[in-house]
Amino acid sequence: MNKLTSRIDKERLLLGIAAPLLAIVAALVITALVILATGKNPGPAFSDMLNYGFASDSQVYILNKATTYYLAGVSVAIGFRMNLFNIGVDGQYRLAAFFAAVLGGALTLPGWLSVLLILICAMATGAVWAAIAGVLKVTRGVSEVISTIMLNSIATAVIAYLLQPGKLAQLQQGGTVVATKPLPSASHFFNIDTGPSGELWGFIVIAALVGIAYWFVLGRTRFGYDLRTVGQSESAAAASGVSVKKMVATSMIISGAVAGLIGMPTLLNDSYQYSADFPTGIGFTGIAIALLGRNNPIGIALGALLWGFLERTTNHLEFQGYDKEILGVIQGVIVLCVVIAYEVVRRYGLKRQQQRVGAELAAQVAAAPMKKQEVA
Amino acid sequence: MRRVAKLSAACLTTAALALAATACGKTSSDDASSSSSSGGGKGGVKIGLAYDVGGRGDRSFNDSAARGADKAEKQFGGSIKELTAKTSDTEADREQRLQDLADAGYNPIVAVGYAYAPSVQKIAAKYPKTSFGIVDSVVDGKNIDSITFTEEQSSYLAGVAAALKTKKNHIGFIGGVDNPLIKKFQAGYAQGVHDTNPKVKVDVQYLSHGQDTSGFSSPDKGQQAAQGMLDNGADVIYTAAGSSGTGAIEAVNGVKGAWAIGVDSDQYNIPGMEKYKSSILTSAVKNVDVGVFDFIQSVKNGKPLSGNNVYSLAKGGVSLATSGGYLKDIQPKLDAAKQQIVDGKIKVKTTP
Repeated sequence: MNKLTSRIDKERLLLGIAAPLLAIVAALVITALVILATGKNPGPAFSDMLNYGFASDSQVYILNKATTYYLAGVSVAIGFRMNLFNIGVDGQYRLAAFFAAVLGGALTLPGWLSVLLILICAMATGAVWAAIAGVLKVTRGVSEVISTIMLNSIATAVIAYLLQPGKLAQLQQGGTVVATKPLPSASHFFNIDTGPSGELWGFIVIAALVGIAYWFVLGRTRFGYDLRTVGQSESAAAASGVSVKKMVATSMIISGAVAGLIGMPTLLNDSYQYSADFPTGIGFTGIAIALLGRNNPIGIALGALLWGFLERTTNHLEFQGYDKEILGVIQGVIVLCVVIAYEVVRRYGLKRQQQRVGAELAAQVAAAPMKKQEVA
Repeated sequence: MRRVAKLSAACLTTAALALAATACGKTSSDDASSSSSSGGGKGGVKIGLAYDVGGRGDRSFNDSAARGADKAEKQFGGSIKELTAKTSDTEADREQRLQDLADAGYNPIVAVGYAYAPSVQKIAAKYPKTSFGIVDSVVDGKNIDSITFTEEQSSYLAGVAAALKTKKNHIGFIGGVDNPLIKKFQAGYAQGVHDTNPKVKVDVQYLSHGQDTSGFSSPDKGQQAAQGMLDNGADVIYTAAGSSGTGAIEAVNGVKGAWAIGVDSDQYNIPGMEKYKSSILTSAVKNVDVGVFDFIQSVKNGKPLSGNNVYSLAKGGVSLATSGGYLKDIQPKLDAAKQQIVDGKIKVKTTP
């Protein structure tokens, strides 16, 4: 019996590694074909991506980008674990970053205190915005997909209305950029200077803490257990005494609070203000990264790093004369490959297991009629 | 078993970090420096262009910059390298774009669009021997040429023309996005109209707001907005909205006696607009190409421009197009207004 379990384990491990490997190989092959179809040679493209992507300044860039993407991925993943599709992460983080920037520009407190207040403001704004969708869902049964998409547009409009000279923003020198009042240098988050490679954003520490909290709360607490149960089967959760409505609203609020942090690395480490060119669309990137990372805290980190790597290197590919649209193609292909590969491997593993258990049972039936079942 | 998976993931990450550590200390510019030294000796100019969202082919702002660079390439020889912004860009992406160009020895480097202002400031300081140009913004630096335009002046003239041509004393302005740059157009236009005939009513509509910049690239939105204004009785419509303007011109073309006023390029002469020529009264031209060409030429001649170079009406940086000859009857009045602006007798507002 001991032998048997160890064999199954080995196989599961193998299958676990097979899925991402399959996805990466498939993605590479398809990307190579696409590059070939545009009449270019994929070989130099890949080697350029590797060379350029592993230069030290690229590493800093990738880590900085991944900090933002990681938070986005975690925010979306919290919803996913609950079977909630929070498409509104995009609006939540932009609105949160905007109000946090307004608050930060107005504050004249000691640095650490105002950083803390800015973070709280951002998380609260994100949570409130997400809560609207959560409350609508539990009280009126409105699908969170519909309501969050609409809330994204509303967030855009609210920011557009308030980001005007004379309202909550001001016109900057040159007369072309409208931005919120810049944060005083005391409330900048710390940067790690890496010399010629640029500055590594200190916010990466917060992102890591969020990742640990995500792992702990979902995997090691009663709340996380309830959340995952509701995600897997609402009726089963309700039967075991979990208030589904409360869980839906709470997880939406937590997802929104984490979403509120997405804009913070950019705001506190880089731009120090919210202007019309604040990055948009990261909420949607977060969906791709959560899918890529299989909602796993380490998986999401790898996904975020991969995303940063791809953006950095394809920016440079454009420079080498390849089409810049190749980035979108590679990213789309990777997400599709990951989703498909995991499903294929899962089905294959299930089939193998059923066959083996069947064979095992048949053999045992032949030897002794009653034997305990070995289904994992 | 999940523990094993986690362990292997941890091992992978450590391996990746170790790999990363070995690469540390070597930046991408170190790799590129060898190629930059070999590239410079061929004569000609190596022009680096970093476009705003849309890039070459937008029939408007970016294209105008591209024309200037193309002209310089033809005249001086050399090569052009073009990179284009994405909507999801952060500061780091814009910096990377400029740095890649600088590393590869491109000189001059032109950043098209105000979004590049902070990155130009940073990268120009890092590469003091390279000349940088920035369109539509002012950045301080010894090796930076800030190329700006007085859009409000050409818009003022467009307003004068519109006020003289309207029969219903009712005209319209369509802006792409309600940002300060486009408001300059609106301010000048409205002032020009008001100074000419205070009875004329100006309808104003923006196609998108804030961070939603779709108003610069949605001909359908332009068409709907223009149709709405026409239905309300406006008969001259000025559209400052990038490629959305083509939709507005199309709508105007469907109404007899109505006029459209184009923007940035002389839209009467743009390929693809032939069908609507009979409706294009004029265009408020912004000669980004002149600014870009001047800058490249100055670098070629060894005396790179720097500081803020304002391309005004007086210098021919902005103008009112006369293609089609529809303005012939009112030309004297336009010339008079232009003269007053050039002489400084009329101060055109930059905010509505």
